[in-house]
Amino acid sequence: MAAHLKKRVYEEFSKVVQVTHEEAPAKKLRLSKPSKSAALHVDLCKASSSTDALQYLLTFSRKPVEAESVEGVVRILLEHYYKETDSSVRLKIASLLGLLSKTPGFSPDCIVDDAINTLSSESKKHLDSFTSGNLSDSSFGVRTKCLQLLGCLGLLEAPLAAMRDVQSIISDYFGDQDPRVRTAALKAMLQLHERGMKIHQIIYDQACRLLSDDYEQVRSAAVQMVWVLSQLYPESIVPIPSSNEEIRLVDDAFGKISHMVSDGSWMVRVQAAKTLGSMLQVSPHFLEQTLDKKLMSDLRRKRTAHERAKELFASGEFSSGRKWADDAPKEKLDTNTVNLIASGACGAFVHGLEDEMFEVRNAAVEALCQLARSSPSFAEKCLDFLVDMFNDEIEEVRLQSIHVLRQISTHITLREDQLDTVLAVLEDSSRDIREALHELLCFTNVSTKECIQLALLELLKNLNKYPTDRSSVWKCLKFLGSRHPTLVLPLVPELLSTHPYFDTPEPDMDDPAYIAVLVLVFNAATSCPTMPALFSDHTFRHYAYLRDSLSHLVPPLRVRTDLFLQQSLNRVSTIQNLEAAGAPELLDLTIRDLQRLGELQTELAGAADFCATFLRCQLLLMKALQEKLWNISVPLILKQNITVTAVLDESYKLEFLYSGLENRQVATIHHVRLQAKALQLILAARTRHGLDSLISSCEKFLQDVESFQRLFLTELPHLQDSFVEKLLELLPRLSSCKPVEQVKILQTTLRQSGLLQLRLPEQIHRATATIIEPTGESDNPLRFTSGLVVALDIDATLEHVQDPQNSVKVQVLYPDGQSHVIHPKPADFRKPGPNRHRLITQVYLSHTAWTEPSQIEVRLLLAYSSSCSSRLGWTDAMDSLHPAEGTVEGTIPFSKHVKVFIMPKPARR
Amino acid sequence: MPEINVTPLGAGQDVGRSCILVSIGGKNIMLDCGMHMGYNDDRRFPDFSYITQNGRLTDFLDCVIISHFHLDHCGALPYMSEMVGYDGPIYMTHPTKAICPILLEDFRKITVDKKGETNFFTSQMIKDCMKKVVPLNLHQTVQVDDELEIKAYYAGHVLGAAMVHIKVGSESVVYTVSVNKYAKSHISAWIDKCRPDILISESTYATTIRDSKRCRERDFLKKVHETIERGGKVLIPVFALGRAQELCILLETFWERMNLKAPIYFSTGLTEKANHYYKLFITWTNQKIRKTFVQRNMFEFKHIKAFDRSYADNPGPMVVFATPGMLHAGQSLQIFKKWAGNEKNMVIMPGYCVQGTIGHKILNGQRKLEMEGRATVRLLISFALTKRLIHVGKLLACVFCFHTLQLDVKLQVEYMSFSAHADAKGIMQLIRMAEPRNMLLVHGEAVKMEFLKGKIEQEFSIDCYMPANGETATVTTNPSVPVDISLNLLKREMALGGPLPDPKKPRTMHGTLIMKENSLKLVSSEQALKELGLNEHQLRFTCRVQLQDPHSDPDTLHRIYTHLKSVLKGYTIQHLPDGTVMVESIVIKVSSSAEDTNAKVLLLSWSYQVKHRHCPCSRLSKLGQKHNRLKT
Repeated sequence: MAAHLKKRVYEEFSKVVQVTHEEAPAKKLRLSKPSKSAALHVDLCKASSSTDALQYLLTFSRKPVEAESVEGVVRILLEHYYKETDSSVRLKIASLLGLLSKTPGFSPDCIVDDAINTLSSESKKHLDSFTSGNLSDSSFGVRTKCLQLLGCLGLLEAPLAAMRDVQSIISDYFGDQDPRVRTAALKAMLQLHERGMKIHQIIYDQACRLLSDDYEQVRSAAVQMVWVLSQLYPESIVPIPSSNEEIRLVDDAFGKISHMVSDGSWMVRVQAAKTLGSMLQVSPHFLEQTLDKKLMSDLRRKRTAHERAKELFASGEFSSGRKWADDAPKEKLDTNTVNLIASGACGAFVHGLEDEMFEVRNAAVEALCQLARSSPSFAEKCLDFLVDMFNDEIEEVRLQSIHVLRQISTHITLREDQLDTVLAVLEDSSRDIREALHELLCFTNVSTKECIQLALLELLKNLNKYPTDRSSVWKCLKFLGSRHPTLVLPLVPELLSTHPYFDTPEPDMDDPAYIAVLVLVFNAATSCPTMPALFSDHTFRHYAYLRDSLSHLVPPLRVRTDLFLQQSLNRVSTIQNLEAAGAPELLDLTIRDLQRLGELQTELAGAADFCATFLRCQLLLMKALQEKLWNISVPLILKQNITVTAVLDESYKLEFLYSGLENRQVATIHHVRLQAKALQLILAARTRHGLDSLISSCEKFLQDVESFQRLFLTELPHLQDSFVEKLLELLPRLSSCKPVEQVKILQTTLRQSGLLQLRLPEQIHRATATIIEPTGESDNPLRFTSGLVVALDIDATLEHVQDPQNSVKVQVLYPDGQSHVIHPKPADFRKPGPNRHRLITQVYLSHTAWTEPSQIEVRLLLAYSSSCSSRLGWTDAMDSLHPAEGTVEGTIPFSKHVKVFIMPKPARR
Repeated sequence: MPEINVTPLGAGQDVGRSCILVSIGGKNIMLDCGMHMGYNDDRRFPDFSYITQNGRLTDFLDCVIISHFHLDHCGALPYMSEMVGYDGPIYMTHPTKAICPILLEDFRKITVDKKGETNFFTSQMIKDCMKKVVPLNLHQTVQVDDELEIKAYYAGHVLGAAMVHIKVGSESVVYTVSVNKYAKSHISAWIDKCRPDILISESTYATTIRDSKRCRERDFLKKVHETIERGGKVLIPVFALGRAQELCILLETFWERMNLKAPIYFSTGLTEKANHYYKLFITWTNQKIRKTFVQRNMFEFKHIKAFDRSYADNPGPMVVFATPGMLHAGQSLQIFKKWAGNEKNMVIMPGYCVQGTIGHKILNGQRKLEMEGRATVRLLISFALTKRLIHVGKLLACVFCFHTLQLDVKLQVEYMSFSAHADAKGIMQLIRMAEPRNMLLVHGEAVKMEFLKGKIEQEFSIDCYMPANGETATVTTNPSVPVDISLNLLKREMALGGPLPDPKKPRTMHGTLIMKENSLKLVSSEQALKELGLNEHQLRFTCRVQLQDPHSDPDTLHRIYTHLKSVLKGYTIQHLPDGTVMVESIVIKVSSSAEDTNAKVLLLSWSYQVKHRHCPCSRLSKLGQKHNRLKT
């Protein structure tokens, strides 16, 4: 410690100027010990009694402490803490420690463990004397700190007979005169709850009383306390004051917290609204009261706009408001039954949703969502209110309520008037809102065919106004169609504008609106066999075209193709030997089939693609190993080298581009890679660059084989008759013989090994990315001054990409071969749905001046890094991969590239 | 008992002409100084002669507080300050101070220039009156004088409307206009839990609980949107202030949200000026507006432009806000006439219309209107001028007998109610927030008030008053009397120990209360004596105890001394040479009677203070008796 101190003092001496500047010039004596820590230490040592020490500490605490000397100060304080006998000094030290740890520029990690250990062991011992001594202190600060300490350290086990229960000690301070102490007491109790102590039910009454406290912090903490108790004792019975009825505690608490939704402070309102959402055990009767609001005008009962809308809908009339006083009040109310200040849960959510602060409204929407998800009948009732929120003035609230409605959409069916309100939002200028709404419409049930018509109309309007929404609108109609085939059926003639007698002109196939209608109809037709009969000839033609071009939106109408994939694979499995006649042709054919299948069947696209790529690897290897190629001269081997690189590339794609792979498939992929490496080794041996390099290459290959064995030990039984199995048999021989012999053995093994069977995993998806923006169709170059930057907006959808924040990159290729890789910010990724991401970002382009506009290419890359132990150090040919020690890192382009016309102009002087 | 008197001069069980006198703690305050819209004679203004028959009001009133700029709350202000005579301070918030003179000037113009009244206040008077105004900031406590302080809170209703908390000593009154708790348009209200003695509140909508504003807004926007979409024009007649700005914001944000392009126009004049003030006082508005202010001022309208007369004939859809609100004259009527013939167009009446106005007629479904044909008259004049000048006089005569004109109303007529007044729930909410001891209702109809009164008394169990004009409601208060306590005394009491002070439990202490020149002081008795120049008097109690003891007097005393020593441990007991025993401050003497030497008389004497402290004296006297018994 002394050495440490010396160091500190020394350190501080070099900063004398700064310190003197801080201290008042009057305190000249201090110059001799300018360090805070040193000064404090001397002071504390000098202190003869505890009051002196406390005094020093107090003066110390008033002065600022530089970040660099904090650590020293902390150590001194801790040391003193052990020695100190007086509890008040220790308390002061404890609170000082807390303050110091908040000093900017000081990381408290280094002392925190130390401090906690000290304090907790210490305080447990002396907790009793401590509290009795200080809880009656006249300063609120001391009491607050004591309560905090009690909350953190109070004994969880049953107390000894002599000691008082921690909870009763704390609850004594619920009635303290200082609001800060009351808050601290409630917080301490909550802390105890968090640490696992069961709070007694007696506290409930006290907590309820605090709900009407004058201070918002107290009320806020009390809401939490009441909630905790309602979760602990939901079923106990409490009496209703001023009557002899009794209700469940959770209902009582629910009523009380509902009351807080109309509190004066918005913080409390937010707290209360949030809390309501998690009280799922409340009885439905109480729950439904939260949406109750009685209106009156001149003492006569008035119907709410919701009720009127419902009635109008029931009576078949549409649109309102044209008549003067159609909202005129009806029956006369009995003055005694009108309850002006809503007691209990009455209208809590009505108030919450109409609150002035959007934070409260948001919290209320969230709570509604949670409650509605657990209660279908409540979901039905809160629908009107949620739909109303679609017109909130704050975008966050609108978005939130749309999301909420989506989450509870399984429980509900929208009425026509409600749908009308919902659809009005489609014209919102915010893209997030529109897309959320499309998402919602995908999951919505509607009741009548008029609804479908309305939705279609509004969606087409939306399409017209915001053409960029095209794909989202189409997708929305796809789901709308497949969900309501029977409702679409009567609309078909009108939608396709067919006529019983006359031929109508054939609509334009490129019209996005027409495509939208077709998407709706075709999707409905899948589960409604009578519908195709209504189609005219050109509709069938258009079907064929759309099925081909927009296969993800247009489902197959009749044929089932699920089995096709398996059949193709089975066909390939008949090829036993790589050299069998006709094998390449068969493989070629299968690959082509699979690719086509992938395009047609979106759900099988991943699997089909995977198989095709795998088979292509096999095919390439097979061709490379053909006898006749080995007889040609060395320089021509280059071509085979390229093959090897291609196979390796493909193998990485197989491993990282597809999600849902099982260990077995990974083993197969690695096996292919091993084969490729073996081939590479053989080729390297033939070119004879030198024996040394060959030896090291061989060693590396053997290491690879070993690591493969280590990694896929469990999978080895499945790899019978394969290259690796044979290799493993020969391994003892291989490792002992010379490199040239090794190569020979390898060559024969490679050629003799059979084709590995591919077992298809359950679910397999290919990571894909589509760049929506820029479209690459613009002829106007993006002009900017060279040397400066221009921002290019990029909008892309990513599917089945895991952890896009880390793996997706944007690559920009300039015509001069320069390429930049840009990492988008994590915040640029949005998640509109499961397994789907949306990247909306900006990339900055810059280049030296060009004489004329030219195109740059933009594409997305998927970065991968495998931590498997295979090493690629010996492959000089592969410059796209930069192998680090033990890991492979690289990128796979997984989107088409988009060309952007840019024109950096020379800067004008 | 001290009391607070509240006397409405206007607005007592009535709507309009708000003017309430409050006398609290010896101070007289006037809350609002409004005019009545319904009258054109003396009843228009409050009866200030109630306060003083002759002479200036300044001597009787300590201050005037204006809650907001509506004329029924500030219309009589120049009359009172300049014509009746008042020079004291007038308090109002900054926005009110800015907008109030515009409205007063407008009011003056209509009354004097249009109706030709004389004996009315002049423009100069309005200016002079405004010079007396002291602006208030929200939540700022203003000391009117040493004792009277006022504090303004934001009340919804209109821009700059305030709730006022008036405090004298520990007595306080809160005055509030229509608080708009639920309207989430551009204004919001909140108050401390200040527990005033009286809460004075408006009760215009005492028997109404309104539906959420959201539905009405949505309806409104939907209608406008539909009309615009089919290429129609929308006319919204409005009054210049309050509602108009609310609707502007609503449409502006909707246009922004829905990316609409159709122009929105705002008729110039008063409204433009008012918009300017809304722009300046942006911080006085609600969350949404304030939040947007980071990017731009909401009232810096992007889509709303000033209207020009010629725009009315432009083709294509548009929305026009025009004054006045009831379609009885001015620009709104002109535009209405132009557009009435087309069924694509729409007029939206956003408020209540007085009987007899065109607004009222069309709302009631009248489809054919008879108009005064001024347009045709003008044609006649020009025609006459081109003809012969001699006939001009003759023709002018017929100019003023108005031609009537049939007007077919084909456009759609919609009604949309947006009221900024608090409903019953809002008032109850406010009571819950402020927790007053008494409630007083003004500015409402008596029947409706009666209902609300009952409800308030039932649910909060507090007294509720609803005085008529000129009637005084008296509330007795129970103010706490502050007393200065000397620090030494307090410290001494603290030193005596005991539990921490508990605000809920009274605690006794010794001291002397001195009342001197209106101030109360609690000091220790020594200091009180010193200050008052009095001598200290000692009060001693004595007691005689008869004993039978054969010993001599000193012996007896000594025996008592030794006995006491053994019994009373922890007390100082002295045997003084002058033949007395002192136990603390109690003196014991022994004397024998002349006749019987055996019969001894024990004299005990103690001071007044001793008796009250738990002292050995009671035990002593008991002891004496016991001793007596022992001996006998």
